[in-house]
Amino acid sequence: MIKLKGIGASGGVGIAKALLLGREELTIPKTKILHEDISREIYRLEEALIETRKEISLLQKKILQDLGFDHAKIFEAHLLVLEDRVLIEDIIQQIKMKKVNVEHAFSQSIKKYVDTLLKLDDEYLRERVIDIEDVSRRVLKKLLKKENVSSHDFKEKVIIVAHDLSPSQTASLPKENIVGFVSDVGGRTSHTSIIARSLGIPAVVGVEVATQHIKSGEKIIIDGSDGSVIVSPNEKILKDYQRKLLRITKGSKTIHVSKLKACTKDSREVIVSANVELPEELALAHEFGAEGIGLYRTEYMFLGRQTLPLEEEQFRAYSNVAKKIKPYSVIIRTIDIGGDKFLSQPQVPTEMSPFLGWRAIRFCLARPDIFKGQLRAILRASAEGNVKIMFPMISGIEELREAKKVLEECKKELKKEGKAFDEKISVGTMIEVPSAALTADVLAKESDFFSIGTNDLIQYSLAIDRANEKVAYLYEPGHPAVLKLIKSVIEIAHENNIWVGMCGEMAGEPLFAFLSLGLELDEFSMPPPYVPRIKELIKHVTFEEARVVAERALSLSTAKEVEQCLQEALKSFLKDDFERIVNI
Amino acid sequence: MERIEEQIVVNSLHGLHARPAALLVQIASKFDSRVLLEKDGEIVDGKSIIAILSLGVNKGAGVKLIVEGIDARQALNEIKAFLTQNND
Repeated sequence: MIKLKGIGASGGVGIAKALLLGREELTIPKTKILHEDISREIYRLEEALIETRKEISLLQKKILQDLGFDHAKIFEAHLLVLEDRVLIEDIIQQIKMKKVNVEHAFSQSIKKYVDTLLKLDDEYLRERVIDIEDVSRRVLKKLLKKENVSSHDFKEKVIIVAHDLSPSQTASLPKENIVGFVSDVGGRTSHTSIIARSLGIPAVVGVEVATQHIKSGEKIIIDGSDGSVIVSPNEKILKDYQRKLLRITKGSKTIHVSKLKACTKDSREVIVSANVELPEELALAHEFGAEGIGLYRTEYMFLGRQTLPLEEEQFRAYSNVAKKIKPYSVIIRTIDIGGDKFLSQPQVPTEMSPFLGWRAIRFCLARPDIFKGQLRAILRASAEGNVKIMFPMISGIEELREAKKVLEECKKELKKEGKAFDEKISVGTMIEVPSAALTADVLAKESDFFSIGTNDLIQYSLAIDRANEKVAYLYEPGHPAVLKLIKSVIEIAHENNIWVGMCGEMAGEPLFAFLSLGLELDEFSMPPPYVPRIKELIKHVTFEEARVVAERALSLSTAKEVEQCLQEALKSFLKDDFERIVNI
Repeated sequence: MERIEEQIVVNSLHGLHARPAALLVQIASKFDSRVLLEKDGEIVDGKSIIAILSLGVNKGAGVKLIVEGIDARQALNEIKAFLTQNND
């Protein structure tokens, strides 16, 4: 078993045999031709260009139908290359003057232009190079009479593994049998990632060594939510992921329930909302019946790029989300990554313990230029009336005050500039550092709401690095220490008349969602596919039962006992529905 | 046959990259006239996307438009309008 890590570019789990798509090197023969063969070679060129043109037009139509105009536009440049007079003239000249075969002349001409473009050292042009190489491979394949990957390679479900997937490759694959994409290169905003998301197929990109470690026919698992790729998984891991996959598919089967409110049998209403990062995921949140966005991650806008996104670009993104999620609201979390993730940042030394290092609010407060741009963009988006803001990794009141001070400065600036924003925008504190949980009484007085980030809270409270396999078993959401912190945070928030949400994995786990319901949590935010399941759970129980069970669970001394207690309680309340809702 | 030249400043946000270049090719191709672009002594065919891209024109760059043919005047006007407006 090998575990690889990449960037989760399209959510969901895929389990299947790998199919390696060759960037098989095309061998281009070079032969001398006779004078009388010149016209034949030119004819072959024209024929190949026409054939390729047809192929791309078909693809473009298909994409237009499946994914819409924006994606189909990708192929415009492809088509222009095919009818490029300068290029074609250059190839014909080579055939005539050098008396070489068309394949050689073609690849030489392309190489000449690609080299020129690469020398210009410009991000946009490098992308064009990919387009030109993509289209030229198609032409060369026609000339060499090579088949594209055809459907006979896809008799069973596969996960496509490639060094790089060109947009046209991604688009021309038979979708029915593809349950995932893995590539060595690429980022969240590359065309392939966008197409994968629009198709709802899980994808992990930027794995760097995928094609070295994975062979065709090997069983692999990919998890598009966290970017893991597991090659030849052992029985236990395979089972875990099969369950996760079932949960996700089952999530989509219970959609009819999801349109209803999340209300217990004894009429306690809570909010079940979604964690979302990429704009394309908004549709999923809606489809699965999420009542708003409990956590909108903004990191994707800052990653994998040389320049910082302008305020304007961020404003458009945030206000687009706010518009689309109405009548519900969206909670936008400010940047939650380390300073070293910024390409535009001068070299930041690698940290010994990045999770305890220069990241999230600490990074933001040190870089007011970046922080203010984001806050101004969020404020301007708040003119929509349904935007809330929250600060990650707050460890004490001073950080919260400082962050709020910068926010106030931004408000003043915007007022001066006459730009609209919500003057009463809600400002929340993420509770994910134990010191914040323990000083919740102080933080509550200056926050409009809390959101408990359980993943980090568990990691910090139990001193467990989940990525370290040797200690990962100690990562226990049911640990009494974690539960005590959660209970006290919720109680203190309510004493101070503010509401509390939870946006970590615990909120989407039936056992712990039930426990949190009993602890009087107000909002549950989770990946969109989990929403229907948690809604259904809440509708099947009473708040009173949940409270009694939570009290009992809090009196136990180990995580195992807690889980057992919750299991048994839910079994007795849900009866025949237990397997369906909890145990998949 | 008319031949007109005019020095202009490209004003599209990303210079002549990707989409603007593709649009330029589409506009230029509507006319019978030959359309050439000259920058730093290098002259390329304005109806070829590869040639335009390899010229590497950034926003604010000065480019000489050379148009030659029966519809030269009209071609020059349209292309100039396209290149000098901020069309992003």
